[in-house]
Amino acid sequence: MQVSEAWLRELINPPVDTEQLVAQLTMAGLEVDAVTPVAAEFSGVVVGQVLSTEQHPNADKLKICKVDVGQDEALQIVCGASNVRPGLKIPAALIGAVLPGDFQIKQSKLRGELSFGMLCSESELGLAASSSGLMELPDDAPVGSDIRDYLMLNDKVIELGLTPNRADCLSVEGVAREAAVLNKMSFQNLAVEPVAVAHQETLQIQVQALDACPVYLGRLIKGIAQNAATPLWMQERLRRSGVRSLSPVVDVTNYVLLELGQPLHAFDAAKLAAPIVVRTSRKGENLALLNDQIVELDGEALVIADQQQALALAGVMGGSESAVSDTTRDIFLECAFFTPRNIAGKARDFGLHTDSSHRFERGVDFTLQQRAIERATQLIVEIAGGSVGPVNAVVSEQHLPPRPAVKLRKQRIEKVLGISLSSQEIVSLFEGLGMQVAESAEGWEITPPGFRFDIAIEEDLLEEIGRIVGYDNLPTRPLMMRTELGKADEAILPLTRLQDCLIDRGYQEAITYSFVDEAMQQAVAPNDEFVRIQNPISAELAVMRTTLWCGLLHAALYNTNRQQTRVRLFESGLRFVREKGEIKQEKMLAGLALGSVYVEQWGEKARNVDFFDVKADVEAFLDLAAGDLSFRPGQHPALHPGQTAEIVDANANVVGLLGMLHPNLEKQLGFDSPVFLFELAQEAVLQRSVPKFAPLSKFPSVRRDMALLLSREVSAEQIVDCIRSCQEPIVREVSIFDIYQGKGIEEGYKSVALSLVLQDFEQTLTDLEIDAIFRRMLEKLTVQLNAKLRE
Amino acid sequence: MSASIEEILTQALQALADATNLSELDQARVHYLGKKGLFTQQMKELGRLDPEQRKSVRQIINTAKDRFQTELEERKSGLEAAELAARLAAECVDVTLPGRGQAIAGLHPVTITMRRIAKIFSDAGFDIAEGPEIEDDYHNFGALNIPEHHPARAMHDTFYFDAHTVLRTHTSPVQIRVMESSEPPLKVIAPGRVYRCDSDMTHSPMFHQVEGFLVDTDVSFGDLKGVIFEFLRAFFEKDVDVRFRPSYFPFTEPSAEFDVSCVMCDGKGCRVCKQTGWLEVGGCGMIHPEVFKSVGIDHERYSGFAFGTGVERLAMMRYGINDLRMFFENDLKFLQQFK
Repeated sequence: MQVSEAWLRELINPPVDTEQLVAQLTMAGLEVDAVTPVAAEFSGVVVGQVLSTEQHPNADKLKICKVDVGQDEALQIVCGASNVRPGLKIPAALIGAVLPGDFQIKQSKLRGELSFGMLCSESELGLAASSSGLMELPDDAPVGSDIRDYLMLNDKVIELGLTPNRADCLSVEGVAREAAVLNKMSFQNLAVEPVAVAHQETLQIQVQALDACPVYLGRLIKGIAQNAATPLWMQERLRRSGVRSLSPVVDVTNYVLLELGQPLHAFDAAKLAAPIVVRTSRKGENLALLNDQIVELDGEALVIADQQQALALAGVMGGSESAVSDTTRDIFLECAFFTPRNIAGKARDFGLHTDSSHRFERGVDFTLQQRAIERATQLIVEIAGGSVGPVNAVVSEQHLPPRPAVKLRKQRIEKVLGISLSSQEIVSLFEGLGMQVAESAEGWEITPPGFRFDIAIEEDLLEEIGRIVGYDNLPTRPLMMRTELGKADEAILPLTRLQDCLIDRGYQEAITYSFVDEAMQQAVAPNDEFVRIQNPISAELAVMRTTLWCGLLHAALYNTNRQQTRVRLFESGLRFVREKGEIKQEKMLAGLALGSVYVEQWGEKARNVDFFDVKADVEAFLDLAAGDLSFRPGQHPALHPGQTAEIVDANANVVGLLGMLHPNLEKQLGFDSPVFLFELAQEAVLQRSVPKFAPLSKFPSVRRDMALLLSREVSAEQIVDCIRSCQEPIVREVSIFDIYQGKGIEEGYKSVALSLVLQDFEQTLTDLEIDAIFRRMLEKLTVQLNAKLRE
Repeated sequence: MSASIEEILTQALQALADATNLSELDQARVHYLGKKGLFTQQMKELGRLDPEQRKSVRQIINTAKDRFQTELEERKSGLEAAELAARLAAECVDVTLPGRGQAIAGLHPVTITMRRIAKIFSDAGFDIAEGPEIEDDYHNFGALNIPEHHPARAMHDTFYFDAHTVLRTHTSPVQIRVMESSEPPLKVIAPGRVYRCDSDMTHSPMFHQVEGFLVDTDVSFGDLKGVIFEFLRAFFEKDVDVRFRPSYFPFTEPSAEFDVSCVMCDGKGCRVCKQTGWLEVGGCGMIHPEVFKSVGIDHERYSGFAFGTGVERLAMMRYGINDLRMFFENDLKFLQQFK
């Protein structure tokens, strides 16, 4: 909502400057987004009248003009504008004038002819971005008067960002009422005298949808002048409110909308086949709107119709066929109240948003129509003449929005706001806001006016008190609360610990969009059923990720495309998978690594990250969690079939994946080195158990190594599991410290070097005992895995 | 006899002097004092002398041995010192060369900011709650007193999956979910991702909010102001000014927006605050009775406040980041600035 400050001050003129006024409005909940002067700075420009023009002897395009500027003698001014002509009234900059951009007007010679000033266009005065020719002023402009005074240019536009509950301030009158209360001034609505009725003709009105349209007023104004022009003051006020001047009748309806907040519509009466009907549209019915859009009605939207067709989308926009035009002589002026419930969402359904729908869906004062139609009539007659007929009104009191009194308890004001106000203060505050106040046992009963749709409960009244007193003037209490001791859950690892572990291992945290490109999603997880957004911001952000890899790969590419050769990223967040019709939202932790394993460094041979580097990173945080998770070979469409591990829990549920991006995908996506990825369900990795102490042995431990010759197919895990299954209690640790295949080892076989740490609780172990254990283990390894001891 | 010992001693001392390292020195020790060493042999030969002589010759030999021993120790510590000095010289490194190994990375500035906010509130006893990001329209709108066709729904630019399933447009549904499942008193913050169908210089289709709320028997607007004040001062580690402007949210009444004095210019007016001296930080208010009704909390007995703030906005103010879009490009050159 844009308000001209001068217009506002004509209604109420509080003794504060613009800055203070704007601060008052903002702090009362009418947030001021911007304050803009209506014209650039300039001075020394007056209304002038061209008396005569003469061709410049030395320049084809210049004319020598005699201009009356209200001084004793007319001035000679050289002018190059094409529209300069005798009789024309224009802005004339005198010698000494300063135009926008600090442009000083001096006496000058143009091609040998003296010029004592300059005739101005709108753009030269900073009133418009561009213009062609001189600004043409009305014939009644007083010659010699300062143009700033004449055009009321010492004005500012105040731009309000109104919240949807404050529809009452979508008018100059509404803002004036607020400004009055804030300055403790009394305020009266603009008084409108009914216009004398000159004829008795009316159009019959039938309101079929009384609940949607409880008030409908119409009147015929006959014989308006076709050559009338909107007066400059009205054009200027419309311009400053962001509304374009179109024609006198339309301008008046817009002017009253801005002034009082009541949308009106004027039909060309010659195009109507009375009676006028307010009804629900018929499904499939077409209506050509003023913006040249043809809408197909849905059987729900409310329309204004005549006997033949729908004429207007009620409260939203008029139709083009019944619109007033240059040839209109008689108009039917409509002024109605449509209930918000019936207008809300309708404009949007048709892709429309108008000044009218904006107001009706938030609530227009249902007591305003009589005053508004008289005000509009008055202005139309002033500008375009015409003979006024009586107002034909259809009003259904029972369908008007109820305005029950709202209880306000004194004790509640103290409890919620922490302040205490006298009864007199309460009465003047609410009466200033146009409400009726009655005292009651506990406090007051307050009845909101027709223009307030946001006062229904006690809290609404508390907010009114708060904002008029000023939130900053309400007491502030330091945080005091009953304190309970915090929790320290040890069986759940905080996600922050895993995040810290990863950043310490060189993974930078990324945050990527939860919605991704469908092509990426399909490429990375073709088997997941994803969820699609109905109204995505773009095709690249149209489906919800089923894996965090989509975003990480995208982010990695963003960086490799910017000369980064080493990328390590991780992210935590939700993935979204449709499973059995339900959308599962699962918290994941995922990472990506590509390029050199370490930042390039001296004294070490550079080496690219491989499967086991990344596995170590995963194992590091799995170790923290200490849950019972293990790795096993797996398959995933996005991963290298020979370098994919599934991470499984104790019940063999897959809770994560680790692997190398499939070389096809690596190429397809545009990477030029292998990419490693991991992703795990947070729930699985954040489980842990509270540590339980185990006693230590006092006897020395012994390390023994063992080299085995095995088929290449046998996995490390099988070997370790086989040793564990021997259930030798004194074998404390088993680890593989070397794998060798190649020269000296038969094709298809490998040599695996194991180290075992043995320790007893009862005694120091002897070679004899150790040898016996080794024999038993080797026997089992031989039977189960066909292992041979390598001598 | 004694002349011969003197010769041995002379040779022995020469041998010590000639030794250039500890192993040569040890060879010399063995050559003279070992089991078959020259001094040892001399001692063995004492038996062949008559007892009178034996005593004086032994004394001569012992004197020579002692002398040798002393010289040997001296020479040994000399050589050890030289060897240590040589080793230290050889092992000298350029300590200004960088260390090797894995370099540390950092958290995303949004996470850093959310962690700081979480710490400030959890230190004051607030619980941290989370909720789903794909929400039903009841939790995102209906329960928050935003009925269908309410103009506030249009303000939210919602992403839809179907008529009743949306990407949550704010973290307020978590408020509903917590109040549905727990009894007051409640002190909760809910950080997380939210989504709006809007993308330009100053809007991202995904961003982060932190929702906070407190419900108890005697909560006033003053408590809300107090919490916001203390939070912003703790967050910016500065005595910032805070102002509250009336505003409108369907789920709070009274409602307010809160502004902090511009942290760039300390409220004097600059480009960042558009010369106003204030930066808008979030919205807040007293929880609306309709919201309490929808979760079955008695609104006469209990009252509460709620607030919400944008994490990216706070991070931008805190770290001077001037472009919202950088948060989700994940450019390492941007991310690596935050540890």
